[in-house]
Amino acid sequence: MIRNFKNNIKGILIEGLTLSSALVIIAIVVVMVAVIVIGGKDQITWEFLTSFPEEGMTKGGIFPAIYGTALLVIIMSVAAVPFGTITAIYLTEYASENSIIAKTIRFAVRTLAVIPSIIYGLFGLGFFIKFVGTSMDTAFWGGQLKWGQPNILWASLTMALLTLPVVIVSVEEALKTVPRDLRAASLALGATKWQTIWKVVIPGSISGIMTGTILAVSRGAGEVAPILFTGVAYYVATLPGSLSDQFMVLGYHIYVMTTQSANVDQTMPIQFGTTLVLLSLTFMLNISAIVLRYRIRKNKTN
Amino acid sequence: MTKKNNKKKNTASSASDLIDITRRKFRWSDFIAEKVIKGVAFLSITIIVLIFIFVFRESLPIFASKKAATLQEATVASYEVQETYGEVTDQLQEPEVQETYGEVTDSPAGKEIQETYGEVVDSTAHAPVEENSYSVSAGSGYEDNQTALKTLTNKEWLPVSGNPRYGILPLIVGTFKITVIALLFAAPLAILAALYTASFASKRMKEIIKPTIEMLAGFPSVVIGFFALMVLATFLQDVFNYDTRLNSFVGGIAMGIAAIPIIFTITEDALTAVPKSYYEASLALGASKWQTAFFVILPAATPGIFAAILLGIGRVFGETMIALMATGNAAQMGLNPFESVRTLAATIGAEMAEVVFGDTHYNVLFLIGSLLFIFTFVLNAIAEFYVKGKLMKRIQGK
Repeated sequence: MIRNFKNNIKGILIEGLTLSSALVIIAIVVVMVAVIVIGGKDQITWEFLTSFPEEGMTKGGIFPAIYGTALLVIIMSVAAVPFGTITAIYLTEYASENSIIAKTIRFAVRTLAVIPSIIYGLFGLGFFIKFVGTSMDTAFWGGQLKWGQPNILWASLTMALLTLPVVIVSVEEALKTVPRDLRAASLALGATKWQTIWKVVIPGSISGIMTGTILAVSRGAGEVAPILFTGVAYYVATLPGSLSDQFMVLGYHIYVMTTQSANVDQTMPIQFGTTLVLLSLTFMLNISAIVLRYRIRKNKTN
Repeated sequence: MTKKNNKKKNTASSASDLIDITRRKFRWSDFIAEKVIKGVAFLSITIIVLIFIFVFRESLPIFASKKAATLQEATVASYEVQETYGEVTDQLQEPEVQETYGEVTDSPAGKEIQETYGEVVDSTAHAPVEENSYSVSAGSGYEDNQTALKTLTNKEWLPVSGNPRYGILPLIVGTFKITVIALLFAAPLAILAALYTASFASKRMKEIIKPTIEMLAGFPSVVIGFFALMVLATFLQDVFNYDTRLNSFVGGIAMGIAAIPIIFTITEDALTAVPKSYYEASLALGASKWQTAFFVILPAATPGIFAAILLGIGRVFGETMIALMATGNAAQMGLNPFESVRTLAATIGAEMAEVVFGDTHYNVLFLIGSLLFIFTFVLNAIAEFYVKGKLMKRIQGK
């Protein structure tokens, strides 16, 4: 009986320990969100979101940062989503499961997913800016420095590389939920393989493609490290008009404001406001991706 | 095709007619689609190889034994101009507020930002290489590359001074300290929480915990860094009473917060992947639920937990923004967790924007990048092959 009692106590302790770990994590998240919301909620006004920063970032709004983030993310998606979708289609439809090629590509994708984001920045600098950019300059512009500099195009392409694994994995997951019977039926009716893919499989996995895109966008909006030296700037007087301009983003704005602004008291509310905007943005994107993914999984079990 | 076959004998022709019916018509769209798809898919491998090539390529000049003096020679004049940097950074202890990373931050319990960084304020002046006046580094001639190579194992990281030293040891020590602290904080929390979610949690608790972790996973690292810099640093300093406000302890905890979702997700996957037969057999033998969870399922999921920790390490190693914001950015070697450190990734992030292309400093930064790349690559490979090996063994019944 005493042994039973001791066992019970141990059980309660262990269960309590693990439960408290979970609660600590939840508490950390809640505190983080609460601090940012409380600190920033007064800042979110229409003027804040649509005006330019003034007087050394101590007044005004963050519109160029929002615009720059949106532009960056759009160009990035245009580059990454088709590319990633096609790779995922190859992996599920054309490559046999155990072939060397499929395994190598999967290993490559998983490795790409864990490489630190700053390495992408280095690659962007060394390859896109210094190699591709300067070659373009010497070939088309006669040596004048136009593309061999950090700008929004290279930054978006760098981000596209960063988010490629996310897109590939999400699309692959969705492609796998299309039942094999559906593909077989299509082939039996006389469609070719490509027709089956184009007209049956892809429409059936649109939600997965959307999930991948949303996750990529969320990651792209939040990551700062890859664009640190491939194109972002703290203050640009005008919105980026062409692909060879520099731009502002929310994340970088937060970083520079918190670490380098001269006038802390005045910029602090703006810091919190910007952080709140960024957090809400990524939060909304992630929620929609989660909901989509949940619906995909539900369809799968059916 | 059809005509030729018709000329053969009757039986053959009827057989080949059959073949004609079943042979597909050659369609251009299919052919092109397949080629395009295959081509695009191969590109992802090519990209990894390209990343390898380019990151390593830019770091190679350091090892070059014969290097002609390049166009970018810092003249004596510009040395004079740079000396102001040099002076300041020559004392590692308490450099002034003159930018550079030698920043040990000050005033405890103060509010933020004393971390003046260096002009990370980007000037687009990535101008052609002849820009001497812009040069913040010491040069890129033969001697400088040799110095770089010789000083790689130094104990000081001072690339911007009259006598540049590129010792990466303090950076490695800093990264190591942060990783240890982050893991000590995150791994027990995440693993125990995953154990709870996998074995003890009711459905409702699962529905609270899992989305919270996913939300945490979606936090941009800038936001976590911001939180650490603004709130966490003050809080921890009040609780533990140390001198420097931004140090490896704060940075480590913040990185741990960033690593928790990864460790949690993978551990939970590993725990739920343990075959149900283990669970049922243990219960059948009379063990209680917690005994099963702790003594049967947890050990059985060890390869997965190991992989989770490895991936957590990988994440912390490469994390840049939190390191830039919350660690104090002073390249010091010391084992005290309450002093500022500088990590490898933060060095790249902070200094790359101001470095002249083709310069020794530039090459050393790429070398650091190559180190990071190799390290995470190896870590990921170990996690994958080790875990797969163990799982294969178990499935085969060993």
